[in-house]
Parts: sequence; structure tokens; C-alpha cells
Amino acid sequence: MVKEIERAGIPVVHICTVVPISLTVGANRIVPAIAIPHPLGNPALDASEEKSLRRKIVMNSLKALTTEVEGQTVFEE
Amino acid sequence: MSKKIVHYINQFFAGVGGEEKADIKPELKEGVIGPGMALNTALKGEGEIVATIICGDSYFNENVEEAKATILEMIKKYNPDLFIAGPAFNAGRYGVACGTIANAVQEELDIPVLTGMYIENPGADMFKKSLYIVETGNSAAAMRTAVPAMANLALKILKGEAIGSPEEDKYIARGIRKNYFAKERGSKRAVDMLMKKLKGEEFKTEYPMPDFDRVEPNPAVKDLTKAKIALVTSGGIVPKKNPDRIESSSASKYGKYDISGFNDLAEADHETAHGGYDPVYANIDPDRVLPVDVLRDLEKEGVIGELHKYFYTTVGNGTSVGNSKAFATEFAKELKADGVDAVILTST
Repeated sequence: MVKEIERAGIPVVHICTVVPISLTVGANRIVPAIAIPHPLGNPALDASEEKSLRRKIVMNSLKALTTEVEGQTVFEE
Repeated sequence: MSKKIVHYINQFFAGVGGEEKADIKPELKEGVIGPGMALNTALKGEGEIVATIICGDSYFNENVEEAKATILEMIKKYNPDLFIAGPAFNAGRYGVACGTIANAVQEELDIPVLTGMYIENPGADMFKKSLYIVETGNSAAAMRTAVPAMANLALKILKGEAIGSPEEDKYIARGIRKNYFAKERGSKRAVDMLMKKLKGEEFKTEYPMPDFDRVEPNPAVKDLTKAKIALVTSGGIVPKKNPDRIESSSASKYGKYDISGFNDLAEADHETAHGGYDPVYANIDPDRVLPVDVLRDLEKEGVIGELHKYFYTTVGNGTSVGNSKAFATEFAKELKADGVDAVILTST
């Protein structure tokens, strides 16, 4: 899906936990996530901490979208 | 004397449990468990599984280095003649785990390895060049054909026999070229092929072109504060009760849902339809997969221009590459027509 969105001319960032799969699939902008069943959350945290964790990942993905890349790039925090 | 084999399987095939047990750490059991029994039988006493290592698929993929180190230690003390992982069929995390651990055993312990999976498993693309991966069907229903194929290759490796071509020994082509004497010279074979092509008959190339389907990255978003951002997910988030009945695996459709009335997704209004991960956390708070709450905040704060009115969703669980491509080709056109400037796609 990532590739078809990119092919349509829309920049896309892939937030995912298993980065090697994303690299194999061919995503260009990749942001690592927390865990498979909760990529943008952590049930061990309290609600406000969890939301700020989620915000951090989303902000990182926005950074990825506003960064010019040549080929596949993983945006670690 | 029969040769020693160590077998790797996931929590599901070990009978430990489904997704709720996908986070179990590696465990070592003496003897054979689950699919290993059929493999043992097919090895006809020439090879025997002496130990089975079980690991949760999520644990492995979320803790690759630790899992790898622990499992390598477990294998070392048996000093087996062969290591077999899977078969993983079309289970993505399982396939990646099988490929990763088999590759590590081959590289670091210098022990021959073998695994099996469906051609679309992401683990196949990642490891087909370095490993023998027997090509299996896409679900455990194909166990009956996978076991004899894996046993056949296992015996060849154990006995040090020459491995045949991918077609002969039913493994995924590794891209290795081997010299052999053909019956006819190249020029004749090429002309024969050309003649068949001209007649519209079927012919088989001797050198299939590799399939590099890469898409160049698009230019970055220039001004976020004016950008319309859309959310897409393969994590199966849907309105409560899954109105379009998107399948929990091998999805045949995607959904498009209006989120203009939501500042935050909650247990009461959304859930996940995905059958390939433990749904508990996503069901309690769907924002953990589709971060609507944070994007609404960013919209209000003016960090982004706006959050697109609709999100698109499907279940990325054993869903074919063909279907996923078709879904996204279709909705990407809509996104474009709706003036979406960028997409955030989340996967579980």
C-alpha cells in the first residue's frame, strides 16, 4: 500500500514496528514504532504519558514527511 | 546413526496459544513438538529432531537481538547437523523470525539450515538469497505438501548430496547461477525461443529478469501548516462492529470511514478487525494504532493544516500483495483527488 500511495505522487511515511519488513516492501520514509499490537502506544504507561509518547512518534513522522530523502530512510528518534 | 536436528517453531504451532501468547520468550524443549512430528516421520530415521525451540512471534520481532542470542545459545549445546525453522506459510512475523534465526545459525554457528514459507511472506524476500526456503502454500492447510518437500531437502543436506534446481527441490530461487551442459547450443535455444514467441506459444526464459519494483520517494512536504494529512492503516481499525465486515485475515476489501466527528478514537466507537495480533490494546484505545487524537491536537495547534476527513483501512494479515496493491491504487486516486498532501500509514 505504501508503494502505491507513493506511486500516486503523495509523500507517505510508514510507521511500523518491524522495520526490516517495511524496508523489504519498499517504503521510503520509515518511522519505527513501539510494539506490534500497539505501535503508537504503551499500555504500561499512564494515559497522559502514553499520549505524549504517541505525539513524539507522530512528530517524528511529520519530520520524515518534511525531509527530502534519496532512497529508503529510517527516521530513528 | 541418525543425524541430529534442532527445530524452531512459534507459539501457535507449539500449541502454547494464539496472539495472546505471541509475546512469550524463547523456550527449549527436549524432543519433538507439533509439525516436528510429521517431519520426523518423513525423515525415515535418517535424521531426528532432538530438541524444539519455541518463541512468540511478537517477542522475536520486537526483541530481535536478545531472541537471537538466547536461541543461538540453546542450539549450540546440541551441536546439531541441521537446523530447521518453520514452515511459516504466509505468517509474516513467523516467516521473518524463521529467516532471521536460520540465517544467524548458518552465519554464526556454521550449521546448515532450512526453512519453509509462502512466496509472499516478507521473510522470503528478505532471506531467499542466503537460505534454502522451501516454497509452501499460504496456510497451514498446506502442511501435507510442505513436510515432504522440507524432509526431501533436509535429507539431501544431511547426506551432503547435491541440491537440485529450485524447481526440482521445491525451494524459492536464490539467484545462484550454475554451469551445466545443455543438449543444444545457445544460439539454437535462443532461436527456438524466438520462434515460439513469434507463434504466440509459451516459452521459458533461461534468464528471468529480477523484479525491482521500487518507487522513488516523492518530494517532501514544504509547508506542514497548510498540509492536508490523511491516515491509512493496515492495522484493521474500523468503526465498532466492523460495518463492512473486513475479514480478520486475507482481506478482500478495504474500508473508508469518516472521522470528521471524532477528536479521539475510543473503545465505544472503534475497534480492530485484525486477526493477526492480540487485539486487546487496540480495542481499548484505537488511537494506539490510528493516532487520531494526536493529529486532532496538531490540527488545532496549527502544526498541520488539516486532518483529512476520511481514513482508509484494511487488515494486513495474510492479505495478498495483489489485493493490497489494488486497494491502494484505488484509494490513492481518491486521496489525490481530495487534495491530500501527505499520508501517514501505520502498520501493526
